[in-house]
Amino acid sequence: MTPLPQQRSPGDPGLVQRYTQRERLTHWAVAACYVALFLSGLALFHPFFYWLSALFGGGALMRVIHPYLGAAFAIAFFVYALPLRGENRLVPSDRAWLRGAFRYMNRTGEDVPVEGKFNAGQKAMFWSMIAVIAALLLTGLLMWRPLIAPLLAAPVKRTAGLIHAAMAFVMFVGIGIHAYAAFWTKGSLRAMTRGTVTRAWARFHHPGWYARVAGKEGP
Amino acid sequence: MALQSLDVVQRSASTSAPPGIRQTLEVAKLIDVSRCIGCKACQAACMEWNDLRDDVGTNVGVYDNPPDLSDRSWTVMRFYEEELPGRGLQWLIVKDGCMHCQDPGCLRACPAPGALIQLANGIVDFQEEHCIGCGYCQTACPFDVPRFSPKDQKAYKCTLCSDRIAVGLAPACIKTCPTQALTFGSKQAMKELAEERIRELKERGFAAASLYDPAGVEGTHVMYVLPHGDPALYRLPRDPEVSPVVELWRSNFARSLGVVTMAGVVLAGLFHYMKVGPLEADEGKDSKGGRAP
Repeated sequence: MTPLPQQRSPGDPGLVQRYTQRERLTHWAVAACYVALFLSGLALFHPFFYWLSALFGGGALMRVIHPYLGAAFAIAFFVYALPLRGENRLVPSDRAWLRGAFRYMNRTGEDVPVEGKFNAGQKAMFWSMIAVIAALLLTGLLMWRPLIAPLLAAPVKRTAGLIHAAMAFVMFVGIGIHAYAAFWTKGSLRAMTRGTVTRAWARFHHPGWYARVAGKEGP
Repeated sequence: MALQSLDVVQRSASTSAPPGIRQTLEVAKLIDVSRCIGCKACQAACMEWNDLRDDVGTNVGVYDNPPDLSDRSWTVMRFYEEELPGRGLQWLIVKDGCMHCQDPGCLRACPAPGALIQLANGIVDFQEEHCIGCGYCQTACPFDVPRFSPKDQKAYKCTLCSDRIAVGLAPACIKTCPTQALTFGSKQAMKELAEERIRELKERGFAAASLYDPAGVEGTHVMYVLPHGDPALYRLPRDPEVSPVVELWRSNFARSLGVVTMAGVVLAGLFHYMKVGPLEADEGKDSKGGRAP
């Protein structure tokens, strides 16, 4: 079947590849785990949201499921994120971008051109999620009943509980910004759903990266 | 009046307060260590009344049997040998179990609505049918009391025989104690009795004798008369309190603030979009990217 003319296939010359199939699949595996973890964690965090436990077959079953989901989430996240660490290395121009971040968000004044595949805001998100998820994984393991928690002293678990809740809060704020940014920046979502962006999008948002990609394609 | 002692004053993980118009008498169990002979009748009575049979264990070299509290051993006699200056070797026998704190850390930490309740008479009671097995109560307890059943992963501990007290009976351990080391009554009456016992002990030369009713947890509904005074000799925490870490972790204020802030983040996105509009790459331009109109 020939594609409809308005559909742009991956081979379309107006499109460039931004995320590979592996990146897209692992990204959405992480996202799906995150939503389930957030909802079940929120039910344990605040009595106002305990009713969310019904989505997981009740509180007792939810308590069993949450840590397994967390382990799956952490594995999927690091499989997704670690190969992206090179593209997220901070460069001097990131400092200028961050200084202009408020102007960028409010669309006032000139944007600072982005050198790499990711802007400094995305890089900040990347490194903060690496740290936050590592902390959630570690503290979550310490609280895991009945597998690990019974082996540990109460003060360790108290501290783990506090850090786990605080980091989950930070994560929600981070993921909130991340999801909103994807919605706000039109043409971004398709990068993670279909793998490609338009050339205009690439030039506008990531001129440095686009120049490298276009350069490889040859004249 | 029969159900009066079952008035609930605090309920875990609940957004509304239970009905509380009645003023109920606070009760307490007094454990006079100086009178305890370590017969373990209280342990046997506890097992019998609550219909609990723990696994048969092994001898660990001391009289403690079983060696620790468990889901099916809600009270355990602990035997400590202490060399005390001027008194020589002392055998200190401590009946261990839930202290029924007036400010229960377990209840504060519990995320399952109604899995932990505090009765108006001071009893802290686990409602196992609501327990989800998360372990927060055990983590928060300043006395390391709750124990989980390997069979159902739910938390168990001494109920202070709330079922007996509700119908005007004394707890099973009290009823069986042959030396009146255990007594039960109103908290006020037990404090008065303790004072009397301490006065007698002091007359007998136990100058440091004291009552253990720790203020850090706003007092307990299980109190000890300690002939040698220092709680540490009896492996009781000198100044137990709900850990500040637990207070912050499970603080209603901090958690509600967190939820409101999270809702604020969502709203901030909504308002940002309404103010600034979408960020669009200019699809028409071919060379250098311009700003979206």
